[in-house]
Amino acid sequence: MSIEAVPTGGADPGQSSVLEVEELAVTFTRRGEAATRAVDGVSFAVAAGETIGLVGESGCGKSVTSLAIMGLLPRRGVQVSGSVRFGGTELVGAADRTLRELRGADMAMVFQDPLSSLNPTVPIGTQVTEVLVEHEDLNRKQATAEAIDLLDRVGIPDPARRLKEYPHQLSGGMRQRALIAMALACSPRLLIADEPTTALDVTIQAQILELLRELVQGSGTALVMITHDLGVVAGLCDRVHVMYAGKIIESADRHDLFARPRQPYTGGLLASVPRLDAGRGTPLTPIRGSARDAIPWAEGCAFAPRCDNAQDDCLTEVSGSTVPLEYDGPGRELRCRHPLTHPPVASGATASGAAR
Amino acid sequence: MSAPTRPRPGDARRTRIDELAARAGQVPEGEGGVSLTKSAFRRLRRNPVAILGAVIVVVFLVVAAFAPFLAPRDPLAQTLLSEIRPNSIPGAQEGFPLGVDNLGRDLLSRLVYGSRQSLLIGVVSTVLGVIVGMALGVLAGAFGGWVDTVVMRFVDILLSIPSLLMAISISVLLGQNQYALMIAIAVTQIPVFARLLRGSMLVQRSSDYALAARALGVRKSRIVFGHVLPNSLSPVIVQTTLSLATAIIEAAALSFLGLGDPDLARPEWGAMLANAQAFLSIRPELAVYPALCIIVVALGFTLLGESLREALDPKFRR
Repeated sequence: MSIEAVPTGGADPGQSSVLEVEELAVTFTRRGEAATRAVDGVSFAVAAGETIGLVGESGCGKSVTSLAIMGLLPRRGVQVSGSVRFGGTELVGAADRTLRELRGADMAMVFQDPLSSLNPTVPIGTQVTEVLVEHEDLNRKQATAEAIDLLDRVGIPDPARRLKEYPHQLSGGMRQRALIAMALACSPRLLIADEPTTALDVTIQAQILELLRELVQGSGTALVMITHDLGVVAGLCDRVHVMYAGKIIESADRHDLFARPRQPYTGGLLASVPRLDAGRGTPLTPIRGSARDAIPWAEGCAFAPRCDNAQDDCLTEVSGSTVPLEYDGPGRELRCRHPLTHPPVASGATASGAAR
Repeated sequence: MSAPTRPRPGDARRTRIDELAARAGQVPEGEGGVSLTKSAFRRLRRNPVAILGAVIVVVFLVVAAFAPFLAPRDPLAQTLLSEIRPNSIPGAQEGFPLGVDNLGRDLLSRLVYGSRQSLLIGVVSTVLGVIVGMALGVLAGAFGGWVDTVVMRFVDILLSIPSLLMAISISVLLGQNQYALMIAIAVTQIPVFARLLRGSMLVQRSSDYALAARALGVRKSRIVFGHVLPNSLSPVIVQTTLSLATAIIEAAALSFLGLGDPDLARPEWGAMLANAQAFLSIRPELAVYPALCIIVVALGFTLLGESLREALDPKFRR
């Protein structure tokens, strides 16, 4: 379309980035209230064909990050700063028209709740063809043929009939498949999936994840997976960024992260996953407190009040700046002054669990 | 089926389960695609209240449409004049099922013809009100910001004037004719529809599917007219039906106050009611029948509107 993007050099992971996010910050301001910094200096990059995970508990800024990348945050009361480069195009502060033409065609998003993300009064077919008509130069008939093909590709049986049906007539998994079909209709180079499996039951979750993996690997699409489910991360993501209170606190490749979490928060998350091989009646090991206990980053480490490794210097501003995200071995970055030093073993080796 | 002679316990259930399993995942033929309107209509048909309302409305519409064929006499012809005295007006008798009015005109025929005028004014003014109100509502709901503020302040001003007072002022301004009456009633309907549509569009605009459509790069006009508006219409549809009742009552009220159609050749329930006032002690039926007509029509539209509200409510969907 009218956007001339720098070629990304095919589906060669690690070569060039489809998406580069740098120091992205989102602040919500409301008259008469203190401003809330939902995302605070987030930086990451995604290469073609790569899948990255943004992980963290509710309210840590994952979804706001994704909306900011897509330019979907409301203009009023929201300040977005930093830089989001998509194939060479700067998206922060880009014109509405530029963003609209990119969205759906070159970058797409799959949302959490498949029922509410579909218009209940419009048949599935219309909603799928709409995207094709908008971005590709197709007429209705061609678009319908293409839509049938798309639904077939995402594993919806009898697609020609399904096109005429309304969202409430489809099962949850089917709806999510339809949404994925809509998102992938124009073969975007970037797909952001915001907790795509949260509203689905476990077997369907697995199917949807498998579908996403196939589609992404087949086409070299970069995938940003936003989730709080470490199982999803383990199954799908190449690289993982753990977020807490609006900042990335640990970045690592999937295997490194699971084998050797360094941030006590990551360690706590991993330890809190229920295990099938644990004995009956073994209590779960949660991270104590809740996300509301976070302190502002300016006053030290936001996780410190909940952290069992925390020491005095975690709670004070030491070197005149917040705790920095620093190099922590090859391919790893860490924001912590007192990281975990040994790989935790299942039964409460993380101090957070034992402390309860 | 090793023992075909005697059915074992549970056989019936087993076959039923097998049948169900065989049909699992299949969509019953002819059911591919049940839209909101279709399923709402289906629920409407099962609701006795809706049927009662619909029957009332349809009966009056038929009466209005075929008035010349249904009315037993000319509504303007004066008869039985010799029997009218200052203190007695002839009641029901041979050829005059409901009697005549003070000028000797057949009451039933006048009621039949009156339905035309009342329904016409009610429908036209409501349609006018819906069109203008929806236009304002879409404007405010789609653009938001200062457009929303300006439109809504205007609507607030309209809303702050009592509707009957407003209608009277407009009738006086535009002169006494039936079009003035329609416009006057329409103006009082505008703010209701504008506010209703704007409010429901604001809700729909922040819905997940609107966000999802934006995330797919669908242009704004398409989101507003293809996604937000269709989902915002159900309260407007309900309100339209209810407003028809109000409009008919208001038309009658204005006619009663002498602001209606000055053309005496067109009988109208409100005007008949006003006329009957003077003879309330002699022949109360002259007032009772037109009043009853107004009440029953209004009730019909209200019942229909209420059941439509239930039918369109997604909470009752199956």
